Amino acid sequence: MHLYEFTALQIKEKIKSGETLAQEVIKELLDRIKVKDPDIGSYLSINENALSKACAIDDKIKSGQTVGALAGIPIAIKDNICTLDLKTTCGSKVLSSFLSPYNAHVVECIEKEDGIIIGKTNLDEFGMGSTTEHSGFKVTRNPWDLQRIPGGSSGGAAASVAADISFLSLGSDTGGSVRQPASFCGVVGLKPTYGRISRYGLVAFASSLDQIGLISKDVADTALLLQVICGYDNRDSTSLQKDVPKYIEQLDSIEKKFKIGVPKEFFANGLNEEISKSVNEALDVFKKNGAEIVEMSLPHTEFGVAAYYIISAAEASSNLARYDGVRYGYRTQNCKNIIDMYERSRSESFGNEVKRRIIMGNYVLSTGYYDAYYLKASKVRTLIKNDFDKAFEKVDYIISPTTPVPAYKVGEKVSDPLEMYLLDTYTIPANLAGIPGISIPCGFTNNGLPIGMQIMGRHYNEQGLLQVARKFESETDFHKIKPKFNAT
Amino acid sequence: MEFDVVIGLETHVELHTDTKLFCGCSSKFGSEPNTQTCPVCLALPGALPVMNRIAFNYALKAALALNCKINNLTHFDRKGYYYPDLPKNFQISQNYNNLGTDGFIDLIMEGQNKRVTLHNVHLEEDAGKLLHPEESNADYSFVDFNRAGIPLLEIVSNPDIQSVEEAEAYMQTLRSILHYINISDCKMQEGSLRFEASISLKESGVTELGNRVEIKNLNSVRSVIKSIEYEINRQSNVLNQGGVIHRETRLWDDKNQKSERMRSKEESQDYRYFPEPDLVPVIIEKSLLGDERASIPELPMCRLKRFMENYKLSFYDANILIQDIFIADYFDECTKDYHEPKAISNWIINEVLRYLNENKINISGFNIRPKMLTELIKLVEDGVISKAAAKSVFMEMALRGTNANVIVEEKGLVQISNTNELESIVADIIKENEKVVTDFKNGKKNAIGFLVGKIMQKTKGKANPKVVNEMLENMIKQ
Repeated sequence: MHLYEFTALQIKEKIKSGETLAQEVIKELLDRIKVKDPDIGSYLSINENALSKACAIDDKIKSGQTVGALAGIPIAIKDNICTLDLKTTCGSKVLSSFLSPYNAHVVECIEKEDGIIIGKTNLDEFGMGSTTEHSGFKVTRNPWDLQRIPGGSSGGAAASVAADISFLSLGSDTGGSVRQPASFCGVVGLKPTYGRISRYGLVAFASSLDQIGLISKDVADTALLLQVICGYDNRDSTSLQKDVPKYIEQLDSIEKKFKIGVPKEFFANGLNEEISKSVNEALDVFKKNGAEIVEMSLPHTEFGVAAYYIISAAEASSNLARYDGVRYGYRTQNCKNIIDMYERSRSESFGNEVKRRIIMGNYVLSTGYYDAYYLKASKVRTLIKNDFDKAFEKVDYIISPTTPVPAYKVGEKVSDPLEMYLLDTYTIPANLAGIPGISIPCGFTNNGLPIGMQIMGRHYNEQGLLQVARKFESETDFHKIKPKFNAT
Repeated sequence: MEFDVVIGLETHVELHTDTKLFCGCSSKFGSEPNTQTCPVCLALPGALPVMNRIAFNYALKAALALNCKINNLTHFDRKGYYYPDLPKNFQISQNYNNLGTDGFIDLIMEGQNKRVTLHNVHLEEDAGKLLHPEESNADYSFVDFNRAGIPLLEIVSNPDIQSVEEAEAYMQTLRSILHYINISDCKMQEGSLRFEASISLKESGVTELGNRVEIKNLNSVRSVIKSIEYEINRQSNVLNQGGVIHRETRLWDDKNQKSERMRSKEESQDYRYFPEPDLVPVIIEKSLLGDERASIPELPMCRLKRFMENYKLSFYDANILIQDIFIADYFDECTKDYHEPKAISNWIINEVLRYLNENKINISGFNIRPKMLTELIKLVEDGVISKAAAKSVFMEMALRGTNANVIVEEKGLVQISNTNELESIVADIIKENEKVVTDFKNGKKNAIGFLVGKIMQKTKGKANPKVVNEMLENMIKQ
């Protein structure tokens, strides 16, 4: 078995025990990235210092010093999370040469625990897109079928984990950008409760929805990384002052009896039959293990996508206003005056999907439209939140498919943004409500594409999600099946 | 045609906190450009704002001092517009749920009770500063972001101001209130207090308001007044010639004392306000409200009234004394030791304030403490030293910080009030100046002044002029 095939937790144990050197892991991984990533396109940059960091950790272990919880684990970071050592491009020409003068909170946490940043992964520009076709630099492909999209916007993060060219990845999830690509790539993707992980250093797309998420080979690996990166940070005003449980230690201490709600709105028209079948089979697994399954309703689900695209576009239009070419980032070569400079710099550097959202966002915030769009959408958001609050009075978890369809082909729907927006139908509600959600592999389509199941829980109950997901893993083997691409 | 003047004033006050509103950068004035910046106030990708509690409490205190209704749940909004001095291209401000609303200021004006109501009081961040190169054909400008993110309090008045005099009183009163509650240094020359005026005219007796014109770039109280006068003039000329006033924003040119059109209403910006998602709403607890309320001292208007009623001071004198809270405190302190408020007031206004101005020092650094001043005044009022001598004693005291009686003794300034001591001198002078004495007897009353002068000369100014006067009159009559 190759080193890259192990999970992060396994590789850490090997490194810590001295069975394997961190530098061996890094060397092997870098070699593999060189060979495999050209087909996938998951990385935008590779950390040249990874090997020397690994050597430093090896020295620490050799000399008997204590090492951190992530000792020697190579971790890939979505390129909208700020790193001192590597460019942070956000998949945008605007920031193609941008070097952040500071590390994001999560990067600080990882480095403090001796994790090694291996590289930065591709994304739809600024996280806007669901396919990773909307990067300003390249398209990322799905390791299960190179003709297909890996999902997005954290497509590079998910594809790299699925292809065994990273052990763990950090992504960001505004409307499903971690869970949906995790589902398409057959890996685990967690979006924690809004505020669980500090957003300091996450380049904002839609501030009230953005949350850093994790992508891993199995549930234990997610628990391992979550432990390190979550918790209160005073640099993010929306960061939660809540105690952090011991995720790994309690991974298997699941409550005997729990109730799973199955919202009928998530199984309605538009859901692919194979996916529906897989998720229902997954529910049977829980049933066999003593869970109570109840059908229920989240009545405002159908308005989620509309509300989401209004709120997220509004916030995006404002968050992206700073890319004006004045202080940093792309600036046009020729311009007549300052207004002209703004217009040309932004027109020449933003991609179409980003432009579409900026225009939409400015529109819904304009005088005369604010009440009809932004305010209305905010009210819908409250209704969706209330739906969940009510539901969680009766059930402990809500399970649904992660996506209505499996990964489609690259270029297939690139001219139809609405079709793309619908990919996030099932993931958006958790962002609007601020609750945690996890996607785990639960089957395959007839032509071998992964199917993901989403488990949502109460605010702050990441622990419960991990335990339920772990229970499913222990009863099934879907997470162990690797794409053929990995072997060749 | 006769017009009524309708004026509203918007005021921006920089709060004198140590750090900026949403980051830990220093807010000190006058440092090298861009040395007080960080990822947050430069709007680097991924940086997030965190509210400065002290700034918020200052703003709350101001809203209370300005008689506002306080929103117990207030939040920030983003105000979007593109300008190179605005790093995020939106300003974190308040729009939907301002900290304070429906306040008022009672203007300090002689013989008038005028209340100007306030639309709202809110907290926001300042922008940076553009620095344009000297050469006129330069195709670049610099931006200094040291100021970007400094906490600003915005105070928006309703259009209740009806004359230039009221506008001036509004600015003075507001400034002294802000001074009293100690939240800003209010230095207009450093930009920590800035005004924008909006002016319209309406036909006398008509209720409907005319189109308002906003004036920007007003860097002193004087330029506000000049620009209002200019605008009233301009608008009445246009209207009298049958023209129309358009809603527009004009820029005041202080050098040429005139304003020029900057943009029309059609060109005005749509700020696309929406709630700032990176900050959480602020809940104002009752205890905080109580603490801030309790920290507000007696405000200028109350002090003015008290000084006029309790001490029988004129409006003019009382108004001078209350301008600066520390002067007013000084005065109050003096009256504790010595109950001659009018004499104290005269001394402070004529001597103390002049000394402070001439030497550019604050009352806190002034050597003559209240008790020392009242001792000096007592010496004069009791006739121990002359007024003229007192002034030189005052200067010595101010320089050395020594008590009055020490200096009086050192210099031998005690007046001769003893009639026995003076009798022979007075008699000599009467003898030596027979003609003047005759003039006086014949009704030339001011002739006596000449005689007093002679006696003062002889006693080297030590004779008590009051006593000398009385003695002269008595002795000439005999």
